[in-house]
Formats: sequence, structure tokens, C-alpha cells
Amino acid sequence: MAYWSNRNDTSLGRKLRDVNWGLVLLITVIASLGFTALYSAAGGDIDPWADRQMARFAIGLVIMVVIAVTDIRVWMRLSYVVYAIGVILLIAVELVGRIGMGAQRWLDLGVVHVQPSEIMKIAMVLTLARYFHGLSYEDTGRIRWLVLPLAIVLVPVALVIKQPDLGTAMLLLASSGAVFFFTGVRAWKFLLVIAGGGAALPIAWNFLHDYQKRRVLTFMNPEQDPLGSGYHILQSKIALGSGGFSGKGFMQGTQSHLSFLPEKQTDFIFTMFAEEHGLIGALVLIALYILLIAYGYAIALRSRSQYGRLLAGGLTTMLFLYVFINIAMVSGLVPVVGVPLPLFSYGGTAMMTLLVGIGLLVNVYVHRDVEIPRHMSGPLS
Amino acid sequence: MAINRRDNDLQRVFTRRALLLGTAQLGMFGALVGRLYYLQVMESHKYHLLAEENRINMRLLSPRRGRVLDRFGVELASNRRNYRVMIVAEQTRNVDATLEALSKLIQVDDTQRARVKREIERRRKFVPVVVAENLSWDDFAKINLHSPDLPGVQLDVGETRDYPYAHTFSHVVGYVGAVAENELGDDPLLELPGFRIGKSGVEKVYDERLRGRAGHSQIEVNAYGRAIRELERYNGQQGDDIVLTIDADLQRYAQERFGEDSGAAVVIDIHSGEILALVSNPGYDPNWFNVGITGPQWRQLSNDKYKPLINKAIAGQYPPGSTYKMLVGIAALESGNMTPETRVFCPGHMEFGNNTFHCWKKGGHGTMNFVSALEESCDVYFYEAAKRTGVDKIGEIARKLGLGDFTGIDLTGERRGIIPSKAWKQGALGQPWHPGENLVIGIGQGYVTTTPLQLAVMAARLANGGYAVPPRIVRKEEGFGPAADQRPASQRWPSLNLKREQLDLALEGMIRVTAPPRGTAAGARIMQAQYAMAGKTGSSQVRRISRLERETRVRKNEEKPWEERDHALFVAFAPISAPRYACAVIIEHGGSGAKAAAPVARDIMLECQKLDPSRKPRSAPGPTTASGITPPTAPGATKAGG
Repeated sequence: MAYWSNRNDTSLGRKLRDVNWGLVLLITVIASLGFTALYSAAGGDIDPWADRQMARFAIGLVIMVVIAVTDIRVWMRLSYVVYAIGVILLIAVELVGRIGMGAQRWLDLGVVHVQPSEIMKIAMVLTLARYFHGLSYEDTGRIRWLVLPLAIVLVPVALVIKQPDLGTAMLLLASSGAVFFFTGVRAWKFLLVIAGGGAALPIAWNFLHDYQKRRVLTFMNPEQDPLGSGYHILQSKIALGSGGFSGKGFMQGTQSHLSFLPEKQTDFIFTMFAEEHGLIGALVLIALYILLIAYGYAIALRSRSQYGRLLAGGLTTMLFLYVFINIAMVSGLVPVVGVPLPLFSYGGTAMMTLLVGIGLLVNVYVHRDVEIPRHMSGPLS
Repeated sequence: MAINRRDNDLQRVFTRRALLLGTAQLGMFGALVGRLYYLQVMESHKYHLLAEENRINMRLLSPRRGRVLDRFGVELASNRRNYRVMIVAEQTRNVDATLEALSKLIQVDDTQRARVKREIERRRKFVPVVVAENLSWDDFAKINLHSPDLPGVQLDVGETRDYPYAHTFSHVVGYVGAVAENELGDDPLLELPGFRIGKSGVEKVYDERLRGRAGHSQIEVNAYGRAIRELERYNGQQGDDIVLTIDADLQRYAQERFGEDSGAAVVIDIHSGEILALVSNPGYDPNWFNVGITGPQWRQLSNDKYKPLINKAIAGQYPPGSTYKMLVGIAALESGNMTPETRVFCPGHMEFGNNTFHCWKKGGHGTMNFVSALEESCDVYFYEAAKRTGVDKIGEIARKLGLGDFTGIDLTGERRGIIPSKAWKQGALGQPWHPGENLVIGIGQGYVTTTPLQLAVMAARLANGGYAVPPRIVRKEEGFGPAADQRPASQRWPSLNLKREQLDLALEGMIRVTAPPRGTAAGARIMQAQYAMAGKTGSSQVRRISRLERETRVRKNEEKPWEERDHALFVAFAPISAPRYACAVIIEHGGSGAKAAAPVARDIMLECQKLDPSRKPRSAPGPTTASGITPPTAPGATKAGG
């Protein structure tokens, strides 16, 4: 019974051996496909995207492993701290944040630009997992135990909406909703919230910025303004559709290479990939993501601590949301929101967030048998 | 144990809900796959088409405009290389600096600079903007040499219309210019920026044939419209060459013969109707219009009192004066009111009603018949002839001979002139015809106006024996040199039903005009017997001579201001032995037909017969090799001379 004999072996060597290298291989395969796509997007050049992306991935991989082998209890203790830092940075960005891409999202810390909403994606799951770790199933049925976690969710969501970054806000809401769901909050409460949210939509509409309203309207009818705001989605559909079943071939994507396709190296990279490799390529890529998400769930189910389960479940849901929203967006199923394709889209911040998240996922696997006492979730421990 | 039980609850709930959510997520992935299947398989064809539309840009290629050639293949309008220098904003750091450097090599003035900068701002950065056009080869080469120091400068060789003879053929060939709003039609070519269409002359009348058909090029473009590469090209069909009946040498000679004088001359083959020269002096340089005429140039042309923009040969309407007398005499004979033997005494004037009608010769001509009246251009004889014949009969003969209506020449701006009749006066002026007006008609004055082309046609129809030859300026048959059809007019054109003996009397009179001692144009006769010319002088009054003037002293032409002087006319045919060519010459306000017009006509007719364009074989290089000015040289080998 190696399983039991290894239970309390917390040596680094054991942990390294325990790291789910299959998962690492999987994300490396996905990221490598991404490198080829970036190579193609640059017109057959490793510069300027593929090389940097590879470097980031390599660094991210190291960070991921470090995170994975660090004791899960350390992360648990740090959860609230990370969350607090995240909220403080969000407020800071609100006060002094530098304007980038038409929205206040970035914080200039001298050497690095930090995007606090990215930190918050991880911090939110960490915090909720830690909070719910201390609740019993009965507790989750009581409203008074849900007030604090709701506040934990809504404060950063409100700050992110203020930026304004509707896409991230929805992502935060949906992934924390999943954590609430996993922890056992009764189903009828979700239905109530969803119904209430639906009723509030017309009111919320008035608070949207013009460009946000336009995006939604454009989504409803992209042909209405083909050269304006509908341009992105129309061009994306043309590129996807013209790729056909088997694609135009590597580096042969006319729409992306002739710059009809906007943001082909970031948010719309899936379109370029599917234009060049067709439905076949798209299915392979989606299958890889499904495999990754299934891995995530498997890790969550294997964890013996509620903290580990919720953390893994929340992060996996987050991963799913990224993939789903991105592909649904580029294929015209949901409005255009700035969500990158995980491990694929060019961009350092998103890559780091993802690898940190996957690092924590692996961490849950490595520490799957570590039992964490309920009281550890207390705020002062 | 309680803790464990609680943990199991949580784990159970988690497991159930994770499976639930995972399954839902798998379902959502299924929706994605369905969506992609829809886009990439079911709708693929549609998006494929859209993608092609996206990236493929059709560009029209302007076809090479056909040339206009003379009857021997000499280029009268062709296309010449247009050396242009352009600037591409994105290829230079500093547009001003580049323009400054360029201005050291060629002239770039401030307005040019301002226009270039304006266009650069309006267009996208990779679109070349023309800085200067029609550069000389030297300038072009100079810029080429300095191109390393001229970032952003791009050289380009296009095509532009070229009229090598400039003024000489301006009224025949016409010119091309930018397409006007109301000229836009079905042809997409017309919408090409910089496209030129014919605006006058043959360029306009035969524009569609000259224009050719548009080619196209499929160019792959990116989202910003920058051309990436050419996928397919169809060069279109270049325009047809138009071959004129004109002999460039004769035309040039005739134009030069006018010198500074304002006027027109038309030389026509009396059998074929081919126009061998059609001159309106002064001309203008059609190249000005091609590149876009400047304000000062336009003012210079339109304010010129010699009216260079008007084709006087077909649009100038002048009283024919005494050149009208042949047909007045024929009409009189035809009407039966006069016979060849009828004699009229000329005392120098004629009384009619309360008016006195003067002969140009104050002392009078004495007794005149038809032939001698033509020879000496006696006015009184034709007053009498017209009085007896009446305006309507004269008009009938005039119209038969081609006056008073459009000749149908393939040129723009032809006018019809006026051959009056009783009905015409009633209709046009609302007044009845006065018998006294007949007399004035008899000497080609009054309401009568004709164009020089009509007079040439008249002379041709008299000289060819009374056949309705129509004038034309574009060759019907293929090839160059003499027309295949060398039949005489009598076998080609309908008869005008004029009596041969009457015609012969008119011709006899014309022959005597250029013969000493009494012929009015004896001084302008052609001495070489084989080229001898017959003709008729004419001097038409521009304004009526007042009684006061007549009583005091009729001023001589030289004493009058230019605008009030008589028009000098001469119509002719040659050679007398076997007539082939006819011509009409008018010198505006030139004074006496005998002194001003007849010598010009003589020289043109002599030159015409020496060149003998109707029979001379083709000698100029063919249309495929010709470029620039290639005057016809010695008889070539293609066809034996006729």
C-alpha cells in the first residue's frame, strides 16, 4: 500500500515524483500548438511572438512546479493575504492605474505592469476555497454563512466592472458561482439568483458603456455594421468558415495573413488555427482542452480535503470558462469579450495566471492525501 | 467520526455536483463543436466566397488607346511614355525633406507641394502620390540617379496621349480630356481615375473604337487595401487605330501656307470624297487639354480674336460671295429664264425698285454672258440671273451641290449654313420675301452662308460632272495608301441631275477665271500646264456698304479695321485636263478673293497635285512600327503608283 506509506512523506523528491507529469505534457502540447500558430501569425517567423511566448512558457513552467510542490497549507494560509493584496491593487488601479486599451486595468510597478484583475481570478478561488473549507454541509445551507463569501465575491467584481472589464467580471462571477455550487449551496438559491439577475438585466443595460452596448448589439446582428464594430466577428466567421473541413494548410490562412482577421495572435488565435487546420484541427485542439479539464476534475475528485477539491474545481471551471468563452466568441456564439485562449493566445500576464492556476491544480494533486483540519480555515490561523 | 461524516457529506455533494457541472461543460463543448461544424462544413462554401471577395481586388486596366493615323500611316495622335515621379509617404521619414531634395533636381513649386501634402494626408500611407508628370527623359534620369538620396520617391512610366504635330491637326484629330460627370456611362473604364476620353474631332466621334476594352487584374490585397501580389491578369483589348483620309504632308503644307492669317481650307478628292486636308487656322495645341489645360492657357485660347478653338472649315459660316455664281447661273439656265446665249449689259450698276445695286467694277463690264460673267465675276449679270430665277430655284441647286445642310462629316461641331428660300424667310424671320433680295442672293450675299467644307463639296460636285459625292475624313477600307476603289464619281454616286452642257459652261467659266487676260484670278494661276487649276474668286462683305459711304468714297479694305474687311474666298479644282482635286479656301477678312485667297489656293492645289495623295502608294512605316513623326518618303514597294 504505497499510497498509505507515502501519505506523510513530504519530501521534495516524493512531491516532484508525484507531480502529474502527464498533465504537464498535456499543457506543453497545447502550448506548443500555440507556438506554431504564433509562428504562422508572424508570417513564418519565430519573432516577435513565438519566441517570447516560449520563454514565458518555460519560466511559467518552473513557477508552476514550484507552486505545485509548495505545501498546500502554505497556499491556504496565504489565500486571504493574496486576496487582500488583490483587492488593494484593484483599488490602486482605480486610483492611479494607467490607462491602457481604453480601460484602467494595469498597474505600473516600475519594472512590471501588473493586472490586478488577473491576480484576483486566482485569489478569488483561493479565498472561497479556504472560507468554505471551514463550513459543513449544513452550514452551507444557511444564509448567514453565505453573506461573507458573497461580499468576498462582489467587492472585487464591482471594482473590475468599474474598470470597466465586463469579461473578467463575468469570469469571476461564474467561477466563484461554481465554487459556491461545489460546496453545496442549495440549488434553488442559484435559480433565485439567476432569475433575479435576468430581471435586473434591463436595468444593468443602462449602466453599460456605449462600446459595451455596441458589442452586445453587434453580437445580435454583426452584418448590421460590417466595417465598424461588427467587423471583428464577421471577419472571424469568414476566416473560420473558409477554412472548411481540412483547412487551408499551415501558414496558408489567407484571412489571417492578409490582416483581415484582427488580433490574430491574441484573442482570435483560435480562428487562425482553425482557418489553417480546418475543423479537424479545431476538434483536436478542443479535445486537448477537454482532456485538460477532465484532468482537473479528476484531481478535484481525488483530493481528500475540501480545500483541495474546491480549489481544483474552481480553477478547472475557470479554465473551462476561458476556453469556452474564447471559442464561442470567435465563432459568433457570444459577444466579443476580451478573453484569451488559455496557453495559446499571445500574452504574458494571461500565461502566468494560467500556469499559476495549473500549478495550484497540480499542487492539489501532489497534496491529495494531506488532511487539513477544518479550523485551519479560520481567519486568524 | 462526526467530522469524518460531515466530510463525507461534503465530498459526496462535491462529487455529484462536479460530475453534473463537468457534464454540462462537456455539453457546452458539444455546442461549440456543432457551431464549428456549421461554420466550417455546412456554411463553408459561403464563407469561402466571402473570403475570396475579401482578399481579391479587381483592378481595371486601362487599354492602350488606338492611334489616329493619316492615309499613309503617319501618327497624328499616339501614346507616349509619361515619366512620372511619385512619393510614397510611408517610405520616407520626412516628406518635406524629400520634396526639398527633389526640388533641387526638378521644379517643385509651392502649390505643387501643398497639393502633394494634401493628398498624402487624405490617402493611406502606402498609396503613391504624383508629384510631377510628363517629365523629360533628362529629369527622369536625373531623379533615378539620385534616388538613394530621395527616400520615398518612386518613379513610374505611364502612358499619355501625344499629338506630335500639335497645332496642325487640332481641329481634325481633336483632343482627349478627363471624363466629365455627364459622360459617365456603362463602361466602367470611364470611372478610372485619370482616364481620358475624346472631347472633340475624331477623338470624340470615334472614341468608342479608339478606347478599346478594359482589361483587369486580380490583385490579392490585405485588409488595408495594400496589394500583395497579382493573381491573374487580362490585358484587355487595345483600341482600334483610326486611319484618316488626310495626307499629313498636305495638311501641314496648307496650314503653314496660311501663316498668320485666320481662315480655313479644305481639299477633297472629287471622285471619292476623301478629304485630303482640312485646315482651320490658327489651331491650338491639343496636348494642353490632355494634361489639363491651365487657366491662362484657356483664357488665351478663348479670348483670341482669331478663335483658334473653332474649326472654321466646318463650323465657320460665311457668305459665299462670288463663289456662289456658278450655281446661280446654272439655276438660271435650269429655270429656262436664261440661255447660254442670253446677254446682259453691265453698266456698273443695276436699278431695282428704289435701290441701286452696284457691280464691283465701277465702270461696268459691258455685255456679258454666263461664261464671261464668271470669268470677270460680273455682279450685274448675276443680279439679272437671280432676279429672273428667284431664290427658291437657286436654293434648290445650291442644296443639290451640298450647301445649306450638314455634309455629315465625321467631325464635331459642324454647322449647316443657310440657303435661304421664301419659306425659310417666312419661318425664320416671319417676313415675306422681297423680290429685291433675289439680287443679293445672286452674288452670294444677304442671308446666304456656307461653310468652307460645303464650298469644297460644291466645287467637287461641279468638277466631277454633277455627282453627289459625300465628304469623309475616315477611311473606309483597310490599309494605307491609295483607296482600292478608284472608280470615277459617275460610277459611285447618284447623279444630281444637272445638265451636262450647263455644268460645262460653269466649268468653262471657272477655267477662264485663272486665265489671262481677263480672268479675275489670272495672277494666281498655276503655270505648269499639267497642274493647271480652275476656280472662282469670292469676296464677301461682312457689313453692308452704306449709301453715305458709297457716295463719298468706298474705303479700300486695307483702310478698314480687320473685323470689317471682306472675307476672301476661292474655290478651285485641278488639274483642268482631268479634274481630281477640289478645294475651298477662305481667309477671314482677307480682302479680295483674287489677291488673298487665290494664291493660297493655288499653292495648296499645286502641292496637292505634286503629292497626289489619292494615287500615291503607301510609303510610311506600318502602324505596328510607327512611332513619332515619320513623314512619307519616296514611293515604297507595297503598291505600284496609279
